Amino acid sequence: MSLTAGVRVDRGPLTVELGLEVADGEVLAVLGPNGAGKSTLLRVLAGLLPPDDGRVAVGPDTWDDVPAGVHVPAHERPLGMVFQDHLLFPHLSVTDNVAFGLRTRGMRKPAARAAAREWLARVGIAELGDRRPGRLSGGQAQRAALARALVGQPALLLLDEPLSALDARTRLTVRAELRRHLADFPGSTVLVTHDPVDAMALADRVVVVEEGRVVQAGTPADVSRHPRTDYVARLVGLALLPGVGEGTTVHLDGGGRVAVAEETAGPVFVAVRPESVALWTSRPEGSPRNVWPARLVSATPHGSTVRCELDGEVPLVADVTATAFAELGLAPGTPVWASVKASDVAVYAR
Amino acid sequence: MSRCAVLGTALVLLLAGCGGSADGDAAATPSDDPAGPSGTLTVFAAASLTDVFPDLGERLEADHPGLDVQFNFAGSSALATQITQGAPADVFASANGSQMAVVTDAGLAAGEPRVFAANVLQLAVPAGNPAGVTGLADLAREELAVALCAPQVPCGAAAEDVLAAAGVTAAPDTFEEDVRAALTKVELGEVDAALVYRTDVTAAGDAVEGIDVPEAEQAVNDYPVAVLADAPNPEAAAAFVELVRSEEGQQALEDAGFRVP
Amino acid sequence: MGTVRRREPGVPLPLLVPAVLAVAFLVLPLAGLVVRAPWGELGSQLTGPAVGQALRLSLVSATAATGLSLVLGVPLAWVLARSRARGRSVLRALVTVPLVLPPVVGGVALFLVLGRQGIVGRWLDQALDVTIPFTTTAVVIAETFVAMPFLVISVEGALRAADARFEDAAATLGADRWTTFRRVTLPLVAPGIAAGAVLCWARALGEFGATITFAGNFPGTTQTMPLAVYLALQQDPDAAIVLSLVLLVVSVATLLLLRDRWLTRAVR
Repeated sequence: MSLTAGVRVDRGPLTVELGLEVADGEVLAVLGPNGAGKSTLLRVLAGLLPPDDGRVAVGPDTWDDVPAGVHVPAHERPLGMVFQDHLLFPHLSVTDNVAFGLRTRGMRKPAARAAAREWLARVGIAELGDRRPGRLSGGQAQRAALARALVGQPALLLLDEPLSALDARTRLTVRAELRRHLADFPGSTVLVTHDPVDAMALADRVVVVEEGRVVQAGTPADVSRHPRTDYVARLVGLALLPGVGEGTTVHLDGGGRVAVAEETAGPVFVAVRPESVALWTSRPEGSPRNVWPARLVSATPHGSTVRCELDGEVPLVADVTATAFAELGLAPGTPVWASVKASDVAVYAR
Repeated sequence: MSRCAVLGTALVLLLAGCGGSADGDAAATPSDDPAGPSGTLTVFAAASLTDVFPDLGERLEADHPGLDVQFNFAGSSALATQITQGAPADVFASANGSQMAVVTDAGLAAGEPRVFAANVLQLAVPAGNPAGVTGLADLAREELAVALCAPQVPCGAAAEDVLAAAGVTAAPDTFEEDVRAALTKVELGEVDAALVYRTDVTAAGDAVEGIDVPEAEQAVNDYPVAVLADAPNPEAAAAFVELVRSEEGQQALEDAGFRVP
Repeated sequence: MGTVRRREPGVPLPLLVPAVLAVAFLVLPLAGLVVRAPWGELGSQLTGPAVGQALRLSLVSATAATGLSLVLGVPLAWVLARSRARGRSVLRALVTVPLVLPPVVGGVALFLVLGRQGIVGRWLDQALDVTIPFTTTAVVIAETFVAMPFLVISVEGALRAADARFEDAAATLGADRWTTFRRVTLPLVAPGIAAGAVLCWARALGEFGATITFAGNFPGTTQTMPLAVYLALQQDPDAAIVLSLVLLVVSVATLLLLRDRWLTRAVR
C-alpha cells in the first residue's frame, strides 16, 4: 500500500512541486519552514486540493492522475488525517467523533461505537468517551484525534503538525505515544512538521522542503550530518541517539554512555546540538564528563562554521568555527576527542 | 406617519411665514389689491381629491400673487385626528360627513360645512371585462375573483349599503384596506371586479373600465368642506372654499369623476 | 492559567447613555400601547371570533413561512457562503432585495409572477387550475418573500464564521458533501440557524404590506393579525390597541419559550 506521489500545485507566487515515496509501515517527515508548501502537499494527498499536475497513488490505486483526468475526492480515499488543532467536532461526544468515519463508511452505530471505544482505550482515554471535545485537554484531544484517524484502518495516515498546539510537557508524552502507534501502523505515514525534533523522533526518513521544492531527503541522521543548505543545517543539526536511561547516565543502544543532568529511566532519546560539541586534538583535561574518542568522517562548511561528522562509539555532529577548524588542522580521517557538557544534553522519553 | 405630516406641515408654515413677511415688504406693488389673500394657505383634504385640488390651488395662487397654497392629502379619519390634535390647518375637505362631524363636534369648524361634491360607487373591471360583468349580481358568482373595500373603511361601508339595497350577497375574495388597493388588483387583472369610487375609475385611465350601477344611488358619499375655527389664514381659506364651490371648481371636480350638487 | 483579568465594573458612559436611549426608544412605544389599552373592554374585544381566527392564521402562516424559509433559505445560505461560483456577490445582492423593497411593491411583484395574469401564475391557473392569490398559501408565500432574507443573511453569517476546516476533517473521514452538511455543518451553525429562524418568524408574524397586497384580506383565510389591527385602526383605535397587545404578548411569549429551549440545549 505504499504511497507514490509526484505533484505540482500553483499557489499564486509559489509553485509547489514535490515527489515522495513512502513504503508500507514507513514514516516520512516533511520538514520545512512555514509557507514552504508542506500543508499544500498534505491537502493534495488528502484529496482536499486537486493538483495542477502529477500523480498520487497508494498501492495499486491511483488517487490523482492529472494527465489522465483522475481525481478521487477526499471522502473516497481510505485515509486518516490528524490536524494541528485536532478539529474534533464540537457537537459530538468523543466516542461519536471517533466513530464518525466508520458511520460514514456504512458501519452501524453500535458496532462503530464499540470500535471507537476500543480505540479510545488504545490511546489511553477510554474514560473520556462521553465528553464533548470542548472539555478535553490539548493532549487528550490530540489522542482522540489520532484514534479518529486510525480507527478506520486507513491505507495512508497524514499528520499535520500534530504536536505543535501542545505545551512542552504534554508534547513529550504525546510524542512518545504517537511513536508507539506509528510503529504499529501498517500503512504509510506522512508527517508534516516544522519541528526537527518531531521529525527526528518520529520519522524513518525526512524530506526537507523549501519554497515548494525538496532540498534534501534521507534518514534523519543523514540529513543532520550532511546538511545541504544553511536552512537544513540550522534546522536539523541535532544528533538524536536512542538509549536507556539509568539515573544520570544513558546507555546508548549503539554502545557508549552519555552523562546527563536530569535523572531518567527507561527508553529515551539523547539529543545533542552540534554547537555544544567541542573538538580537541588531545584528550581534554578538567571537568567535562562526556569525552569520547572519534574520527572525523567529513566536513561541510556552511556560513562561518564547518559541520563535522564524527564516527566512533558515539556518533555526533559538531559545528566549529572555520578558524578553529583550520587551527586544529582537521581533515577527514583525523582522530579527535569530542566533549559535551552534561547540562547541554537534552533527554526525551521515547 | 400622521405625526410626520403634522410636523412637516408645521415646518412649512414656519418657513413660509418667515419668507412671506419678507416678500410682503419687498414686493408691495401698488397695483395689488391690498386686501387680497396672501401668505400661506394650508388645506387638509381627503386623498381622493389628490387629482383635483392642486390645480385649484395653482389657480388661486395665480389670482393672488403672494399666496402659497399647501396641501396635506391623507385619509379623512387621519386628517380629522390631526386637526383635533391641533394641526395648524386652514381648510378641511372630508370624503364623508362622519369625519367632518368629528371636527365640528370638537368645535373646530368656523360655520356650517358645505357639501361641494359627491362620489358614487361604480363597478371596476379590467380592460375588456374578461369575466363579462354586467351588474352587481355578478358579485355573487363564486367563480369570479371579487374585491370589496373592508367594511371599516368608507368605500367598504358604502359597498355594504349598496349591496344590501340591491339584495345581493356578494362572494368577495378579499376585503381591501383602501379603495386604491382594490383598484390596483383590478388594474393587474387579479380580480374580475371591484366596487370602488367612480373618481378612482376615472383616475385609473384605460386599464380599468367602469360600469354604473343604479343601486349606487343608495350610498352617495357627500364631500363637505369647512374653514377651520383656528385657521391661521382665514381670508385665504374663504377664498379657496369659494373657488371650490364656483363654477370653475365644480367643472374640475366633474372632470375628475365627481358628481356636483 | 495565566493572569486573571479583572473586568472593570459597570458600563462606560459613552456606551451607557446611547444604550439607555436605545432602550427608551424601543420600549416606550410598547409602554404606550400598554398604558393606552382599554383594559375594561379587553374581555369583550378578545372574545370576538375574528380575533382568534386572525391570531391562529398569523401563527400558522408565520410558522409555515419560517419552515419554507428554512427548507429553501439554509441551502441558499450555504451556496452563498461556500460555493466558489462566479456572480455570488450579485446573487447575494439580489437575495437581499426584499429587505429594501417596500413590502407593498413586493406584493405587486408577486402578482406579476404568481398572480392569475403572472408569468408562472397564468400557467398554474390554466394548466393546473391552481390560483394562488387570495388564499392562505398566498399569505405564506408573501411572508416567506419578505422574511426569508433575514434567515439567509443570519445563516450565511454563521456559516462564514464557522471553521470550514471541520468540513475538511469530515471529508477525510469519508463524508461526502451532503453528509458533511447534515452531520457537521448544520449542527455547527445550529445557533445561527435558530437566531435566523426567530428573526424570520418575527418578521413573518408582523408582515403587512406584501400580504394584504398579494393575499388580500379575508377573515379566516388571509386576514392575519397585522391586517386586522390595521383595519380596526380605521374605525376603532381601542380595538386596534387590544389586537396589537395580543400579537405582542403571543410573539414575545413564543420567543421566550423557544429561547429557553434552544439556549439551554445550545452546543458548546
